[in-house]
Amino acid sequence: MRRFWTVLAALATLSLTNCGYNVIQTNDEQVKSSWSEVLNQYQRRADLVPNLVNSVKGFAQQEKDVLLGVTNARAKVGSIQATPELINDPGAFAKFQAAQGELTSALSKLLVVTENYPQLKSDALFRDLMAQLEGTENRITVARNRYIKSVQDYNVTIRSFPSNLTAMAFGYKEKANFTVENEKEISTAPKVDFNPAPAAPAK
Amino acid sequence: MNAARASLVALLLCWAFAALADVAVPPLSGRVVDQTATLSSGDVASLTQTLKALEARKGSQVAVLIVPTTAPETIEQYSIRVAEAWMIGRKKIDDGALLVVAKNDRKLRIEVGYGLEGALNDVTAKRIIDEIITPKFRNGDFASGISAGVDRIIGVIDGEPLPAPAPRQSSGSSHDFDPFNPFVLFAIFVVGAILRTTLGRLIGSVATGGVVGALAWFIAGSLAASLIIGVIAFIFTMFGDSIASSSGGGSGNWSGSGGSSDSGFSGGGGGFGGGGSSGSW
Repeated sequence: MRRFWTVLAALATLSLTNCGYNVIQTNDEQVKSSWSEVLNQYQRRADLVPNLVNSVKGFAQQEKDVLLGVTNARAKVGSIQATPELINDPGAFAKFQAAQGELTSALSKLLVVTENYPQLKSDALFRDLMAQLEGTENRITVARNRYIKSVQDYNVTIRSFPSNLTAMAFGYKEKANFTVENEKEISTAPKVDFNPAPAAPAK
Repeated sequence: MNAARASLVALLLCWAFAALADVAVPPLSGRVVDQTATLSSGDVASLTQTLKALEARKGSQVAVLIVPTTAPETIEQYSIRVAEAWMIGRKKIDDGALLVVAKNDRKLRIEVGYGLEGALNDVTAKRIIDEIITPKFRNGDFASGISAGVDRIIGVIDGEPLPAPAPRQSSGSSHDFDPFNPFVLFAIFVVGAILRTTLGRLIGSVATGGVVGALAWFIAGSLAASLIIGVIAFIFTMFGDSIASSSGGGSGNWSGSGGSSDSGFSGGGGGFGGGGSSGSW
């Protein structure tokens, strides 16, 4: 009889921790809010692109290919429905990440090209846009780092005992995270060619 | 002899790895933290005065940090780490700004909190760096470069509508009564054990439940929470002697505020999002 009450009291103790259910909720909300921030900053970058393209066009119309590349990459990013649900779907998440990566490389190609146009570089509007772009890229980096940390906390909770039992009972799965393979691809800087440029310099 | 040699090698290896470690975030000893002895004490004092006046007038907090280098991190990575550790700017208003100068790297950055990004946006920060600070730095005139930059930052902040500064008072910690706090559990055990031995099992348990519930209602103001915690305390005290009571293992974050300083300056809990701008000279 006493043993029974002991067990009951032990269960009462366990229930105080709610078997990790509350912790999972907190972590899940944290993941959602940091993902929203990531989407926010990516959107901010996408909004900058049209102005950037226009200001470069004013000085370097002949760089049609690069400008078109940027515009197309931005359109592709815009076509993907960036919703909070992306983090639960690894396939869609990978597509989203790939599209953003293409925009990043298109933008860096554009920046390399603008090195050939000193008049463009000294244009006040272009300088302002560059400042905004750099700031936005930094914000994207910070938001991604915070998202990665929050997903780490969430995944650790999901996988630790005894919260993993609660997670399995309620159907909580691991969330998608930014992969490293794509990072390598994106971070390869475009080759800068210091040979005389074939294109005519700006007038 | 071999053991001594082995441990010496191990120690040297540890130091070798330490060389690759990231630059530590310095403690927030004041509004101006200069690890390179670039600024004279007079400069530091007048800068601190200016920044203190800003906080009294507007409530925003601005700090200046000069380090020799941020390698192997970029200045952006280092700045956001410092900003997240120092948390200058008011909580929820996030009106902090940080000027970080990496002297040997010849790089600087203005890190802007969420709340100031309206007026002190990326373009403005870039302009302040390029037009005001770096020309002076190129001439080797760090003190006047920093103070001119700080003045301009303050001018920009003054133009931003922010909530008025609160009168200086020590903010009490939140009164959230966390019933799952291990320290609270331990206290319940102890109180319960005492009451049980003096009043007998049943009455002692009821008394403990009542006392704890009343306390919970008094602190948390929630009848439901006090009922729950009262019942839990009752169960524990009833059957507490058959459970091996292990004091709560959780450490609980009792981290206090930043270290003592001359100006008593500490961060207000402001948040940063990576806004701002970098430059080099």
